[in-house]
Amino acid sequence: MNPSAVADSTATHAFDDLEHVRQMIQSCIQCGTCTGSCPNAFAMDLTPRQLWRHVMLGQPAVVFGSRTFTLCSSCYYCTLRCPRGLPLTDAMHALKRLGARHRLTPHKASTAFYRQFMESVRRHGRVNELEFMTLYFADMKNPLLPLRYALLGLRLVAKGKLSLRWPMRRQRPLEAIFCKAVEREEGR
Amino acid sequence: MKVHYYPGCSLEGTAVEYDRSTRVVMAALGVELLEIEGWTCCGASAAEATDEWLALALPARNLALAERHPETRDVLVPCSACYLNLKHVEEKTRTDAQLRSTINTLLEGEDLRFEGRVRVRHLLDVLASDLGPAAIHPKVVRPLDGLRIAPYYGCQCLRPYAVFDDPEMPTSMEPLIRAVGAEVFPWPMGGRCCGASHMNTQPEVGITLVAGLLKAARGADVIVTVCPMCQMNLEAFQNSVSRSQHMDLHISVLYLPQLIGHAMGLPASDLGLGYNLALTEEWRHRVHAPAS
Repeated sequence: MNPSAVADSTATHAFDDLEHVRQMIQSCIQCGTCTGSCPNAFAMDLTPRQLWRHVMLGQPAVVFGSRTFTLCSSCYYCTLRCPRGLPLTDAMHALKRLGARHRLTPHKASTAFYRQFMESVRRHGRVNELEFMTLYFADMKNPLLPLRYALLGLRLVAKGKLSLRWPMRRQRPLEAIFCKAVEREEGR
Repeated sequence: MKVHYYPGCSLEGTAVEYDRSTRVVMAALGVELLEIEGWTCCGASAAEATDEWLALALPARNLALAERHPETRDVLVPCSACYLNLKHVEEKTRTDAQLRSTINTLLEGEDLRFEGRVRVRHLLDVLASDLGPAAIHPKVVRPLDGLRIAPYYGCQCLRPYAVFDDPEMPTSMEPLIRAVGAEVFPWPMGGRCCGASHMNTQPEVGITLVAGLLKAARGADVIVTVCPMCQMNLEAFQNSVSRSQHMDLHISVLYLPQLIGHAMGLPASDLGLGYNLALTEEWRHRVHAPAS
């Protein structure tokens, strides 16, 4: 992906935050065990080892221009095997959070997916799968996207596993926790 | 034996059969489930990708609710993603009192406190370590003779915390499979990743990982899972994966408590077998399970 895709004004704040991630992985010895263990490395533009190198060198345009961290599926193989004992999966999550917080365009799909999941949880305390996917489709503004899910959605409805009833009650039982957590995250 | 029970959101929706089969099998094995009153979402994989503090506060809230009832320390969790989120809080606060007190400031609004007194347990851990073949075998009335079962563990019940099994070469399901009279299908994929939510946001990557698993399972009769995400990925995309790989990769996929419950003679409806998306004719024929 082209680094210039993220080199806009909103992205520069994400760049400052990269230091926090650098501290998490600063004793990386570039052995590549993470890359050799990663089930998704085949689809990445930078291998995990390369990504950590760019983080260590403080190159946010390269890091946030890459889709590598959005391809982490949290299998924890790299964390388990890292000879330095580094929290590599946690560091991937930290990069995902920076991508989400600063709404970096290359990571729009996974960011919207996670954000709308949390919106449904915030409204009801538990996720409502129908509402969450509808919010996700609306966020992505791609009229063809729902078609990809139509067949599976119909099978789930036919099986009685997916309710088509839109949740009406909004108790917002987690509102206090959400407010406090967001406050704390922003004040970090 | 009494345990707190945290079902998690999936078990109310797309994994309703995992909830049903867990409840009836645990009851039949003499385990009483105390469902956590007022439980809420653990944050799934979305909280950790959006907000660091929510990713800790949401699981902690549920653990704090469980601690209000001190009858037992154990919190039983069937979903591997929920399990790991709750386990993270247990593990990270064990040695970090400062972190626990920060988390507690986030819970103040609800007058909740997490003290770190509970122990988070995966369903597979309780089935394999606490109950085991000794508890299950005597209750088997429909032995699954000759059925070849591929045990699929997925990632998050194994890693990063090696609590009850080898995180790279897991074996904890094997004695349970033998206890119901079936054979263990030897394959090296038990702890490999199913792609998790890639199937939604990066479908071409998800399909590749699922294809690798389904191809490796050729020769087995059933894949057994212990996670709603793994189950969905393995059962729901068999048509498109078969087409993309130019081979028939259809195979029955069951949750572990469905398999055990069936062997114990529990009715198919109690085990939610009508909800599974991938039960082959062969499974129906071999085990005489009624069609949904």
